[in-house]
Amino acid sequence: MDSDIRRMAIKDAKVLMVGAGGIGCELLKTLALSGFQDIHIIDMDTIEVSNLNRQFLFRKSHMGLSKAKVARDAVLKFRPHINITSYHANVKDAEFNVEFFKQFNVVLNGLDNLDARRHVNRLCLASNVPLVESGTTGFLGQVTVHIKGKTECYECQTKPTPKTYPVCTITSTPSKFVHCIVWAKELLFAKLFGDKNQANDLNVHSKDGDSTNHKEDVFERSSEENFDEYCCRIYDHVFGYNIEVALTNEETWRRRKKPTPIFIRDVLPKIKTKKNGILFENGSVSALPSVGLKNPQEIWSIAENTNVFLEALKLFFEQRKKEIGNLTFDKDDQLAVEFVTAAANIRASSFGIPLHSLFEAKGIAGNIVHAVATTNAIIAGLIVIEAIKVLQDVNNNYRMTYCVEHPIRKMLLMPVEPFEPNKSCYVCSETPLLLEINTRSTKLKDFVEKIVKNKLGMTSPLIMIGSTLIYEVGDDLEEDIAANYTRNLEKVLFELPAPVTHGTILNVEDLLQELSCNINIKHREEFDEEKEPDGMVLSGWTSQVDKDRTTSSSTEPQIKDNNVIISKSEEVFRNKRKLSEISKSDEAATGKEIDLNDDDDDDLVLLDEDPGHSNKMRKLR
Amino acid sequence: MGSDECESGGHKAEELTAQETALYDRQIRVWGVDAQRRLSKSHIMVSGITGATAEFCKNIVLAGIGSLTLMDQQLVTEEALQANFLIPLDGTDYGEKSLAELCCNSLRDFNPMVQVSFVSGNLLQFDGEFFDKFDAVIVGHSSSTTKKIINEKCRNRPKPVAFYTVDCRDSFGEIFVDLQNYTYSKKTKDGSTTKCCMTYPSIEDAIAVPWKELPKRVTKLYFAMRVIEKFEHSNGRKYGETGVSDLSDILNLRKELCASQALNESHIPVKLLERVLAAGGKEHPPVCSIIGGTLGQEVIKAMSGKGDPIKNYYYFDSYDGKGVIEDISIPIAT
Repeated sequence: MDSDIRRMAIKDAKVLMVGAGGIGCELLKTLALSGFQDIHIIDMDTIEVSNLNRQFLFRKSHMGLSKAKVARDAVLKFRPHINITSYHANVKDAEFNVEFFKQFNVVLNGLDNLDARRHVNRLCLASNVPLVESGTTGFLGQVTVHIKGKTECYECQTKPTPKTYPVCTITSTPSKFVHCIVWAKELLFAKLFGDKNQANDLNVHSKDGDSTNHKEDVFERSSEENFDEYCCRIYDHVFGYNIEVALTNEETWRRRKKPTPIFIRDVLPKIKTKKNGILFENGSVSALPSVGLKNPQEIWSIAENTNVFLEALKLFFEQRKKEIGNLTFDKDDQLAVEFVTAAANIRASSFGIPLHSLFEAKGIAGNIVHAVATTNAIIAGLIVIEAIKVLQDVNNNYRMTYCVEHPIRKMLLMPVEPFEPNKSCYVCSETPLLLEINTRSTKLKDFVEKIVKNKLGMTSPLIMIGSTLIYEVGDDLEEDIAANYTRNLEKVLFELPAPVTHGTILNVEDLLQELSCNINIKHREEFDEEKEPDGMVLSGWTSQVDKDRTTSSSTEPQIKDNNVIISKSEEVFRNKRKLSEISKSDEAATGKEIDLNDDDDDDLVLLDEDPGHSNKMRKLR
Repeated sequence: MGSDECESGGHKAEELTAQETALYDRQIRVWGVDAQRRLSKSHIMVSGITGATAEFCKNIVLAGIGSLTLMDQQLVTEEALQANFLIPLDGTDYGEKSLAELCCNSLRDFNPMVQVSFVSGNLLQFDGEFFDKFDAVIVGHSSSTTKKIINEKCRNRPKPVAFYTVDCRDSFGEIFVDLQNYTYSKKTKDGSTTKCCMTYPSIEDAIAVPWKELPKRVTKLYFAMRVIEKFEHSNGRKYGETGVSDLSDILNLRKELCASQALNESHIPVKLLERVLAAGGKEHPPVCSIIGGTLGQEVIKAMSGKGDPIKNYYYFDSYDGKGVIEDISIPIAT
């Protein structure tokens, strides 16, 4: 019978799972129960407390241990006679090359970020192994099947860009709470506790972009200043003085509501010196107890925010001195979250923006993806069903399935036929790309960073012009060759050993991903700083415009949060928080941008870097 | 509140503890603090441990309900283990321990804040009062008669007890929901809150709805399940005790039922009946994961009062990949 045929296909299969998080735990369990005998699982993460509400193979006692390893051990308890091989490693590591991938019959993704998804997609294409891809956020999820030559690859469609905000919105004219969060974590937090050498636009620009006094040492504590004095001075500087300076730029405020400078004397007429913060259970420091706050759902008053700000600042200097200079914001760092919440709220108050609770601020600052166990369980079940079809080689029966919150034509699980490969996809077809660039002023370094790494998503690229190798990444390069490449990076394109000029064809290849593409160079002198901030434009890859792409009666499908792509149905989006913000960020994307991309621990990334090439393409579907 | 009250100490009822906030962070971001609090005060009973109900139990324990009570007298058999991940296979002697007792231990491990216990006995031996302890009762692996009796008991209590049944037969699964008269609030597009009222029929009344009065495109699985159910009932078979050899009897029954219901027999294809018969009581783990996930979500919705519940049947079929809601009730005359 059917179930016997199924059993045979499953028994002989060797599968690779990438990701042992929310989807991964469910998937590993379902694979084992379904009779899979040989499962390999890769995950670089370790277990954290916020995983435990859905990653059911993990316990509190496992915190800090490898997800892949603990998941393996947990599943072997109820299915001891199967083989599970775990790797506590990054799937992008060189050991997971095409040869490695070739040993599997199917690859199953339960990943949380676009970068890794793209990488696995390429390895699956290069090794000709079918890929079942998945993602969830809240009650939404999807499963897709990617088989070389038969269905579209993961990168045949453009993916959403990261939420980015123009620098001036962040530094001078915030209008939403998220702008204040970005300011607090990317600028203020980075300035105070991060790498001092990083360029940082913290000071509000006054007329003609003239920074306030250029008095960089305002953030340095002088020897005769005690911590309390220092913290108050920083407060007055960033929330008071900087706003006052900004107000002098009348042009800015002609059509905007003017912000109110906030000085400590207005908020806390009588400052008391407080006790030290207390140590949390897991050793992290918190400023909350000493200022008498505990409920993370509560919105603090401006005075409370001020107290938290001062206390947190002081605690950083007193108790985490060693880390200062190397810190970046981390959503699991309690004190950092408190500091950012308080700073964002004080700034919000200045600009007449509603304040938010620590819980909400943490979600925004950490780009935390909503996640529940049930959606992951459903998606994992669907992955296994598709994987079995792949193994049975049931032609034309693959489905991509959307899991929705509100029924669409009575359905909560909505299967759709997979799409054909996009003929102009540079990843799965051999279509050349076109790059407009100023070959007389652009350095190879910029090309490598902005195009090869950021746009094409390559990790170990090799660049050839004709038969001349001009750049390569690798650990085993000889010293003089490596030095030569380093020199090349600093050269302008047309000065390279094989000059790049109008009409040159560059070949860029990633040896690990076994992806190669040709780029036709078109020389162009001028670029619009606002619209083309990279100073170069890559094109030639258009997403399929497919009439029957939509699955519901409505017309304009959209790419949402992360990897969850769902045709637009009002019902689907009614409850979808933040969607409007995401699409609006497109419009706002002018000038320099601050990248808000930040991986979450789980399930889905938020927004990804732009794998596509021009803004207009993004709209397409 | 159940046992977690002692754990959480003297905190105000309105606040979640720091421990709860940390553990439930990601899901509170989905359904909010109030829903989480209501969830932590709900008491659920599951009778019949199958692959699908094991999945369900895992989901609601992780979500942080107040308590879960299991009932299943069966001893561990190979069949009982085929889709169940709650029982370790490490060579321990299960002795005379029931399935319910064994599953209890694993579930407790999933979330120490939830009180998980088991009750010995058979579902039918308990009188109505027993069900007052619960906010929802889930029945798996049971005959249609048992389902009807328990559903009636749940309906006749002073405080309504939500009632669910769940069946997974290899390639597909079915969920039945009875929330009686259910009221919940819902945010509208403009941000205001409206009250929604829904009226559910009992399982007996739902099944009794004449087939020709059903909406046009009811899934064929609905009819196939009713034929199989009837077959099991009138032939004295236990749940899932069917095989392909029953096909000719089933086809006679189909003819009979379709004639009396004035439904074209093509609505219940032979192939489909064959598939259901061959499945018997076997479960396919991915289907259990999907059905157990959906049921978990439904119970969470009902217990937290948040989200539109399914009315009143749900089907997932791995053959076409659809997860479909069917409303099987007599439309209220307007």
